[in-house]
Amino acid sequence: MVPVSASGFTPTDAGPVVVIGVGNEFRRDDGAGPAVVGRLRDLAPPGVRLVITDGEPTRLIDAWTGAALAVVVDAVRAQRPDQEPPRPGTVHRFVVDGPGAPAGRAASSHGFGFDDAISLAVALDRMPARLIVHAIEAADLTQGPGLTPPVAAAVGVVATAVLADLSPYLAGP
Amino acid sequence: MTHKNERVLSVAELARVEGEGALYVRTSGNKVVQARLDIYEPPRFFEAFLRGRAYTEPPDITARICGICPVAYQMSACAAIEAACGAGVGEPIADLRRLLYCGEWIESHALHIYLLHAPDFLGYSSGIEMATHRRDLVERGLALKKAGNAIMETVGGRAIHPINVRVGGFYRAPARAELAALTEPLRRALDGALETVRWVAGFEFPDHACAADMLAMSRPGTYAIEQGTLVTRSGLAFPAAEWDEHVIEEQVPHSTALHAHLAGGGRYLTGPLARYTLSGQWLSPLAREAARAAGLGETCDNPFRSIIVRAVETVYAVEEALRLIAAYEPPDPPATEVRPRAGVGYGVTEAPRGTLCHRYEIDADGLITTARIIPPTSQNQAAIEADLRAFVEARIELDDAELTRQCEQAIRNYDPCISCAAHFLDLTVERSLSDRTDGGSRFCFRLHAH
Repeated sequence: MVPVSASGFTPTDAGPVVVIGVGNEFRRDDGAGPAVVGRLRDLAPPGVRLVITDGEPTRLIDAWTGAALAVVVDAVRAQRPDQEPPRPGTVHRFVVDGPGAPAGRAASSHGFGFDDAISLAVALDRMPARLIVHAIEAADLTQGPGLTPPVAAAVGVVATAVLADLSPYLAGP
Repeated sequence: MTHKNERVLSVAELARVEGEGALYVRTSGNKVVQARLDIYEPPRFFEAFLRGRAYTEPPDITARICGICPVAYQMSACAAIEAACGAGVGEPIADLRRLLYCGEWIESHALHIYLLHAPDFLGYSSGIEMATHRRDLVERGLALKKAGNAIMETVGGRAIHPINVRVGGFYRAPARAELAALTEPLRRALDGALETVRWVAGFEFPDHACAADMLAMSRPGTYAIEQGTLVTRSGLAFPAAEWDEHVIEEQVPHSTALHAHLAGGGRYLTGPLARYTLSGQWLSPLAREAARAAGLGETCDNPFRSIIVRAVETVYAVEEALRLIAAYEPPDPPATEVRPRAGVGYGVTEAPRGTLCHRYEIDADGLITTARIIPPTSQNQAAIEADLRAFVEARIELDDAELTRQCEQAIRNYDPCISCAAHFLDLTVERSLSDRTDGGSRFCFRLHAH
C-alpha cells in the first residue's frame, strides 16, 4: 500500500495533533514505532508533532497532554489463542478512551506499563481528547538494529493508517 | 504473625524498579537462608555489540542501554574513549557536559522520588493511586522532572537518548539565549526541589543501616558528577585507570549482571548514600542547609533515607544547572578533535544510581577490540542482597505479606536500574478481533510492558 500524502493541510482549531512512536530501534522490531514516525517525517503535514519515545509513562503523558488527537504506534507481542501461529507484522488499531481492563500488573522496564500511563493520565486529567493506538505484532525483540521483513512491510501500512487518523483533524488548504 | 519454620518470600516481577528483576528470600526459623535479587535481563550483549565498531560510536550505542540514564552512559563512554586516545577536553566542554548531566539527575531523581519511592512511605500501592488522591504532589514531581527534560532537550538534542553528544564534546554548542530560556523554569524548579526535601523529610523511616562499604567519585571543591577520582569509605583512593586493580566482578548463577566487590575487601554500595557520605561537604550551601533541616547528618547509611538524599541532590543539580547557565560561554569549537591510537581507557562518572565505569580497548585504526560496562546496579547487587538479609532477620516476626511488602520497599530504596531499554507490549488477541487496520474496533485489551 502506498502511503498518501497530506501535505498542504494544517491542524484545525480542535487543538494540537501528535504522533508518538514508542520503542527502541536497537531492539529489532521494537523499533517499529520509531520507524513509522520516521516514515511520517516526509508525509505528515506541518503542525503535526512527531515524537519518538521509549514509552516511559510521564514522557508519553508530556507528549500527548493537551492534544486533540494523539496517535501512538508501538510494537507488541501477541498471545494468540489455541496455539495459533504468530503473525508478525499484523497490525491492530485501538481507540482508547480510558484505562484498559483488566490491566493486570505492569512489569515495565520503567516501572509502569502503557495501561498505567493511561491510568496516570486520567488521574492527572492529562488524557488527549482522542487516543488511538496502532500495535504492530513483532517477531524479533532481541538486541540489534533493523526490523524483520514482515514488520518492515507493516511500517508503510501503519503510516498510511495514521495519516487517515489525522485527516479529520486537519483543515484543507 | 507467622511461626512457620520454613518460609519463602518471592516476588516474580518487582514493581517500580527500572528493568526486570525478581526477589527471593528463604528463611528457616529466625535466620535468612537465602536472599536474592534476581536480575534476568541480558544487559551484556552491548559489550559484544560494540566490538569492531569505530571509537566514535560508543556514546550513541551505549546511550540505548537505558532510557532513564542515557547521559551517564554517554559521559562514561566519552571519558573512556578520550582516555584511551590520550585526549582531554577544555573547561567549557566539561561544563556543558556537567549541565547535561544535571538535567539527567533532576529527571531521574524526580521520577524515582515521586512515582517509584514516595508511594511506599505514604501507603499508596502505586504512583497512580497517589496521583488519584494527591494530584498536587505528582504534578509537582512532574514539573520538576520536566525542568530536567528541558535541559536534556536543549543541550542533548532530545530528552531521551541525546544525539548531540560526541567523543570530544558536542556536535553543536547551544547559543547562550537557548540556555538562558531555561533559567526561569529552573528557578521555579528550585522551589519545587526545596519543597520536595521538606516533604520527604516528614516521612517515617525505619531504623536500619547498610553495613556495606561505599564507593563514589570525589573531586574536592565540587560534588563529583562527571569528573573525579574514586574513593571508598574504608579509605581507598584511586583513579579510574586503576579500576580493575580495586574492583572485582564475578558471575553468580541467579543474575545476568555480574556482582562486584572490592579487591581484598567486601561488598560495597554506590549511589546517593555513598556520594553524600563521601562528598557531602562539597554540596552547595543551600543543599547542605536543606539536608541539615531535613535531619541528615554528615553521613547517611540508612537506605530508607536515600529518598531525602535524592531530594537534596536534586536541589544541588538544579542550583548547579543555574550556575552553569549563568556562566555559560559556548565552547568554540564545540568538540575537541580526538584522534585514535591503540590503547586502553577507563571512564567513570556518577550516574543517578551510582558509579558507572566503561572500559574500552581500541586498535590503531580506532576500532574497538574489547568493551566492558560496569553499571551501578550490578555493583550494588551484592550489597542489596546482604542488606535484605539483615533487614528480614530484624523483622522475621512480620507476616509474609507485610514482610514481602517491606522487602520490596527495601529494594526500591536503591532505585535499581535493571536497564533493559526495550519497551514492548504483551497483547492478548481475542478470537473475535478483526485485524483490519482501518476498522477502529474497540475492545478490552490487556497490555503488559517488558
